Amino acid sequence: MDFNYSNEQLALQETLQRFIGRDYGFERRRELARSPLGFSAEAWAQYADLGLLSLPFPEEFGGLGGNAVDIMLVMELVGRGLLLEPFSSTVVMCGGLIRDAASEPLKRSMLPRIGAGEIKLALACYEAAGRYELSRVACTAVRGTEGWRISGRKTVVLDASSADYFLVSARTGGDVADDHGVSLFLVGRKAAGVTTFAYPTQSGGRAADLHLVDVAVDASALIGAPGEGLAVVERAVDRGIAALCAEAVGIIVALNEATLNYLKTRKQFGVPIGKFQALQHRMADMFIAAEQARSMAVIAAVYTDSADAAERRRAISGAKAYIGQAARLVGQQAVQMHGAMGVVDDLIVSHYFKRLTMIDLSLGDVDFHLARFSDMLA
Amino acid sequence: MDLKYTPEEEAFRAKVRAFFEAELPADIRSRMRLGKRIRKDDLVRWQRILHGHGWGAVMWPTRFGGTGWNVIQQHIFEEERADIGAPPQNAFSLRMLAPVLMAFANSAQAEYFLPRIIAGEDWWCQGYSEPGSGSDLASLRTSAVRHGDHYLVNGQKTWNTWGQYADWIFCLVRTGTEGRPQQGISFLLIDMKSPGITLKPITMLDGEHEINEIWFDNVRVPAQNLVGDENKGWTYAKFLLTHERTNNAGIGSCKRALKNLKQIAAAQVSHGRPLIEDSRFRDRIAQVELELMALEITNLRVLSATATESRALGPEVSVLKIKGSEIQQTLAELQMQALGPDALPYLREALEMDWVADPSFAEHYRPYAPPLSGQYFNLRKTTIYAGSTEIQKNIISQMILGL
Repeated sequence: MDFNYSNEQLALQETLQRFIGRDYGFERRRELARSPLGFSAEAWAQYADLGLLSLPFPEEFGGLGGNAVDIMLVMELVGRGLLLEPFSSTVVMCGGLIRDAASEPLKRSMLPRIGAGEIKLALACYEAAGRYELSRVACTAVRGTEGWRISGRKTVVLDASSADYFLVSARTGGDVADDHGVSLFLVGRKAAGVTTFAYPTQSGGRAADLHLVDVAVDASALIGAPGEGLAVVERAVDRGIAALCAEAVGIIVALNEATLNYLKTRKQFGVPIGKFQALQHRMADMFIAAEQARSMAVIAAVYTDSADAAERRRAISGAKAYIGQAARLVGQQAVQMHGAMGVVDDLIVSHYFKRLTMIDLSLGDVDFHLARFSDMLA
Repeated sequence: MDLKYTPEEEAFRAKVRAFFEAELPADIRSRMRLGKRIRKDDLVRWQRILHGHGWGAVMWPTRFGGTGWNVIQQHIFEEERADIGAPPQNAFSLRMLAPVLMAFANSAQAEYFLPRIIAGEDWWCQGYSEPGSGSDLASLRTSAVRHGDHYLVNGQKTWNTWGQYADWIFCLVRTGTEGRPQQGISFLLIDMKSPGITLKPITMLDGEHEINEIWFDNVRVPAQNLVGDENKGWTYAKFLLTHERTNNAGIGSCKRALKNLKQIAAAQVSHGRPLIEDSRFRDRIAQVELELMALEITNLRVLSATATESRALGPEVSVLKIKGSEIQQTLAELQMQALGPDALPYLREALEMDWVADPSFAEHYRPYAPPLSGQYFNLRKTTIYAGSTEIQKNIISQMILGL
């Protein structure tokens, strides 16, 4: 058992902290969120230079061979800096999925390009009727003479608007909610029959609904065995959840710092409002929530690579459910204790709050993951 | 960063487990498992067995006869202890008084008292709270006036745990009235057999005798029983409280209680099915299990940070105390709630080993049921003792957050 970061990890942390302080201030971030792209292309290139985009990939594919704890460390800073770039979608979820499940030729063609910042990917795994259920897939893929033809709709695909490729779950067998019969395909954004309806998200990112009409892909676009894609998608989403947990912790800690600072400087009735015990105890609750949330993010990260799918799922769902509740407490109370300053767009507090709220609603909310954890409990 | 136990740690766990399996007396184990009354003899016997094996004080350094184990080893020991149902050791002597003696007592005191503590020869209790001094402990008034080679102690202590068993009591007493209330407090060791000490039981809400009021009427205490310097007792008391609160995370006991809760919820029936299949109840178990999962890691993070940075535990133990006590209470509450109407019977005699259910009750009787309501009521103390939750939040606000 060891709770310390390695020297390499500490160096990475410091580098990223310096980048955020220098190039990613709050005003700059607001501009980026309003820009057509929705994030910084220059930052993306810098991430590639820093090795972030190849962090979790094996060295034989040009990667740094990093682990889930490295991702946790990066994502915590993604949270603190409210970074908008599609790191989690491209590198953590899609990159992780390709590394875990794709054929050697596909890995060789995709992973180095992801690492170099040349391509971006988005995971298209949810549908309107499915809410957070990954197995409820109505989108179909039919085997043709040269490959597959895919038709259907995917909803709220995170970071879809800038993606060059989508990883799409489609049904190749079974009934609409069956675990078996789900297959996974790599679909180019420019493929004939692909249309997107793109929109900004509440927390400044970008997403899109995907409409696929008889989209032809060749046989090599299939990732993993046909009909056995659910476990692959679940694993990728679990990686994404662990990343979101770490991102949430970064925000929770930053919000606590901002709130504590406000309590010490804002004066009413002639004293800093932090002199009032009602607020002190709430701040103490937020501090405790942050410590507990961090512990859960560590659990999520460490179990991400667990070979035992049930053990992994239990840890990941437990962490997401727990952190969602801690985030709700900290987010809402940070806004409350900032008073009217908490509900304006000009302060970073409201942006942190909105991001925390959207993190809960992404990749399964508190109720979804609490149920999943609870159902495995007996 | 790694949450897995090393092969050495796993081997250590197996060794601890094997020792408990072999050496924990069956009658003590049964009493613990079934929630029966634990007697002083059980605790002393167990302490002597541990001591005989060299494990009398797992949290002490080796130079005082402790095991010198690191925090992970201590954590494993505590988990296995709770899981198998071995009784907890006397925390007042081993975890609270002993660190104070090691840090502040003179060598004569340390050499006399510490070996007797670890060998289970002396039973210690704590004399802190007074009728007028609870959370505001520094306002305490029990006085100790120096007369040559001894102090004369007068006053009243209360909420004293297990004083009825005690050979000795460590007390905070007032030796000065100058300056702030904290400045006139001293740390005094008092023989419970001293003339002038009267002990009166306080019955707790579960009907049990666990705590006492203690009166001191012109009790003569040799001056050599003063620990450290006169009027510096508050420093030692704060030091002690930090150690006291560490243990209050109670991870091992909570894990055991969670196991019990799941077993009870599987055995109880609701709507013709095991209660644990009722998602409304099961989700409540899930919530407290999540809190416990997080606290286990938070606890280890705090302990390992202090080990890495070679420093004493600081105010962050307040986080452990708040969460640990809340989790204990929730687990007790859910165990009681799992019983539903079966939580109502109050069977004092059922807490003795030799109790046999009346034949007309036996059909309905479940052996795990009798202690659960009492445990729920009893454990309301956990967010009150050792610095209430509100005091802990004050500590976090002031010492960590700087408010």
